[in-house]
Formats: sequence, structure tokens, C-alpha cells
Amino acid sequence: MTDQPMVRFDNVSKRYGPLTVLDGLNLDIMRGEKVSVIGPSGSGKTTVLRMLMTLEKINDGVIWVEGEPLTHMERNGKLVPADLAHVRRVRGKIGMVFQSFNLFPHMTAMQNCIEAPVTVLGMKRAEAEARAAELLGMVGLSQKKDHYPSQLSGGQQQRVAIARALAMRPKIMLFDEVTSALDPELVGEVLQVIRQIGREHDLTMLMVTHQMGFAREFSDRVCFFYQGKICEQGPPAELFGAPKNERTRQFLNAVLEAG
Amino acid sequence: MIWDWAFALEILPTLARAAVVTVQATLLGFVIAAVLGLVLAVVRIAVPATAWTISVLVELIRSTPLLIQIFFLYFVFPKFGIVLDAFTAGVLAIGIHYAAYCSEVYRAGFDNIPRGQWEASIALNLSAWTTFRDIIIPQAVPPVVPALGNYLVALFKETPLLSAIAVLELMQTAKIIGSETFRYTEPITLVGVFFLVMSLISAALIRLIERLLNRRILR
Repeated sequence: MTDQPMVRFDNVSKRYGPLTVLDGLNLDIMRGEKVSVIGPSGSGKTTVLRMLMTLEKINDGVIWVEGEPLTHMERNGKLVPADLAHVRRVRGKIGMVFQSFNLFPHMTAMQNCIEAPVTVLGMKRAEAEARAAELLGMVGLSQKKDHYPSQLSGGQQQRVAIARALAMRPKIMLFDEVTSALDPELVGEVLQVIRQIGREHDLTMLMVTHQMGFAREFSDRVCFFYQGKICEQGPPAELFGAPKNERTRQFLNAVLEAG
Repeated sequence: MIWDWAFALEILPTLARAAVVTVQATLLGFVIAAVLGLVLAVVRIAVPATAWTISVLVELIRSTPLLIQIFFLYFVFPKFGIVLDAFTAGVLAIGIHYAAYCSEVYRAGFDNIPRGQWEASIALNLSAWTTFRDIIIPQAVPPVVPALGNYLVALFKETPLLSAIAVLELMQTAKIIGSETFRYTEPITLVGVFFLVMSLISAALIRLIERLLNRRILR
């Protein structure tokens, strides 16, 4: 069972009307693996995360989490569309950090971090606060716990968002272009936090990123998406060092030239 | 002399008692409107299957005169075995009528919540109930308080319609005084002044609440 993938996309497709965003995606992510997803905009890479977080419905295929179907459930040996209770149980293993932070603006950093543990996990308030304080400390924001999001910089808001997601003790963390909305000088502090939780927590991580340097240094595997398919994937040294596919080469050249 | 101060003073206590009924009808009616309106707006989003039914219902209520709805509850419902006294029927009709308007106000408030707030709630696995209670409503309602306040004042000014089913509120009382004494100037003027003063006070209160709420959000 240790070989069982943490996440498995089994022939998953996503269409918006006539537009096919993802076309029969097959992707296994192993426990503890750090996978980066890169590719041009419109290649479907963000959709991968959004489907796994159940923010988007899939049109075909099945997504598995720890050997359990996420989008479906087994009934009489057959897979039928999952009901809400099933989705919520499986989805509890997944946490997500967004490009635009999406902190709750009417709550302090601390309140943001304890809302879900208290209301979803049924944690006692004091316990939730102790854990949240620990997590806010880990992301370097102990001093800011009583601040509202509007009083924090983008980088600080994103670090609160990471602490908030971790407070739910997910096994899988999804990072959706988490530094794209930040001023350049604030990118480093957020990447530093991601690096740290990658080291200290036994988390499976899947991230969509435009930070090629970070993807190369941090991930175990990089997937290059193009037109709704994985065009090329492999260890970062290989994919960045010696891309086999023409599309990958073009994309990397364009990105590296730009920045 | 057209205006008789002595007569005005004489009828004041009677009108004051009636004013209490008017205020009661206003407050009860508005509580029904504000709560039922919120329920309608939430259910409409939380249970998409009901959206069509609710919008038809809201349209129906908004597109027929309040007076007809009051008559309906008071005179037609008893035919179906639901007998309500005049005050209850009147307050219910006013409350439901304004609930339809309020539900649209709340809906506008909900529409203004960024999608990311809903998505973050899903990512944190919050239940639909918790999402509305802790995330969406606290952000959606404060900005629409002024609009709700306008409906409070509008509702208040429509309570004289209750005189049509003989609820002893201000207008009905003034009419009775008038028909008994053949003097309408003083009672009707006093009622008008009362509505003017109360509306101005309410408007000031709403502005105050609005300021307090804004301060809470924009800190």
C-alpha cells in the first residue's frame, strides 16, 4: 500500500462548452512528492489544482486520493457521482493556497486560522488558537496575529493563507501561482515559507508556478502542460537542463528570456 | 381659526396610543421582512433547485399592491380555514411584501462577494451553513444596511394601509376622531407630523448604524 499514489488523475477531462481544457489527464503523485506544474497560460495547469480541490467539476474520468475516489464513490461495486458528505470527507485531506490569497477580510490573521479547525474539525477554541499561534510563528507572523488582512502586505497575507491552510492538517497542499500577485520584493519571503514546510512537514505538494528557479530547486518532478495535456515531465534537472520536447524548449526559452 | 390647539391637545393621548400600534406594526413587519428576506436570498443560492420558484414568488409579491395582499390575508385566507386577526394579518402581509424587496437587496450583497471567498470556504471544507454564517453574511450585509434602512422607512410609511382592515393604528384612529367630531385638520396633521418626525429619526439612526458598520469593516 505504500506504493499507492497520494493523488491519481485517471483519464480526467474538463471541458467548458466546446473548449477542452484538459484532455484525458493521467497523473500520479506519490506520498510526499513535490510536483511543479508549468506551462503557458490556458494550458489547463490551474484547472488541475481546481479540480482536485473540487472547485471545478470534471467531465470525464476519476480523481483518486489515497486510493479513494474523490469525485465519485463506490456503491455496489460501481462508481457513482459522490454526494456532499463523501466529497467533504475526502477533500479534508487537501488544502489550497490561492494566487489572490482569499483571506477573510473581516477576520484577523488568528481568526482566519482558527475558523475552519473550530467549525469543521470541532477543535476547542484554545487548542485551535495554540496551534494557529504556532503556525503563524512558523510563517514569521507572530507579531501580526491580531491584524486584519487589509493591514498586512501581500507577502504577509499569503503567509497567513499558508498557515490557515496548514491549520486543517492537510496531507496534500496545492499552491496556485501563489507568488504571481506579489510585488517582486515580496516573492522571496513566501517561497522561503514553502521551502520550509516542504522540509519540515510530510506533505505532498502540487504547485502551479511561474517561478522556474524555484520549481527547479524545490520540486522532485516538473510537469510541462501544453494545450490540456502533459507534454513532458521529469526531474527538474532533466526537464530544465535537457528538454526533449520542442514545445518545452520553446516555452522555457521564452520564459527565461523574459525574466 | 382653522387650527384649534385645545382640540389638538385633547386628542393627543388617543393618537399617542395609536402611534404605539403603528410602531409595533412597523418593527414586527420589518423583523419579518429582514429575516424572511435573508432566508429567501440564502436558500436561493444554497439550494439552486429553488432559485426559479423563489424568483417567481418574489416577482409576484413585488408586482401586486400591498393593499391587495393585506386583503387577501385578512379576507381570503379564512376561506381556507386560516383565520388571522387584523393586526396579525396586516403585519404578516407587510412583512412578506417587504421580504420580497429585502431578498433582492441581500442578493445584491451576496453578488458582491468575490468568488475567492466562496472558494476559500470550500478549500477549508466549511459547511454551507458555516460559510454563510461566518464568511458570506458578515461581509454581504453591512454594505446593504442603507438599502434595508430605506425599506424600513418605506414600510413605516405604508402602515396606514392597515386602516383598511380596521387595525387601530394612527391613521385609523385619526379617521375615527375625524368622523366623530367632523374635525380632520388636527388629527390628520398630527399624524403627518408624527410620520415626518419618526422618518427623520429613523434615517438618522440608519446613518449612524451605517457609520458604525463601516468603521468595523474598514479598519
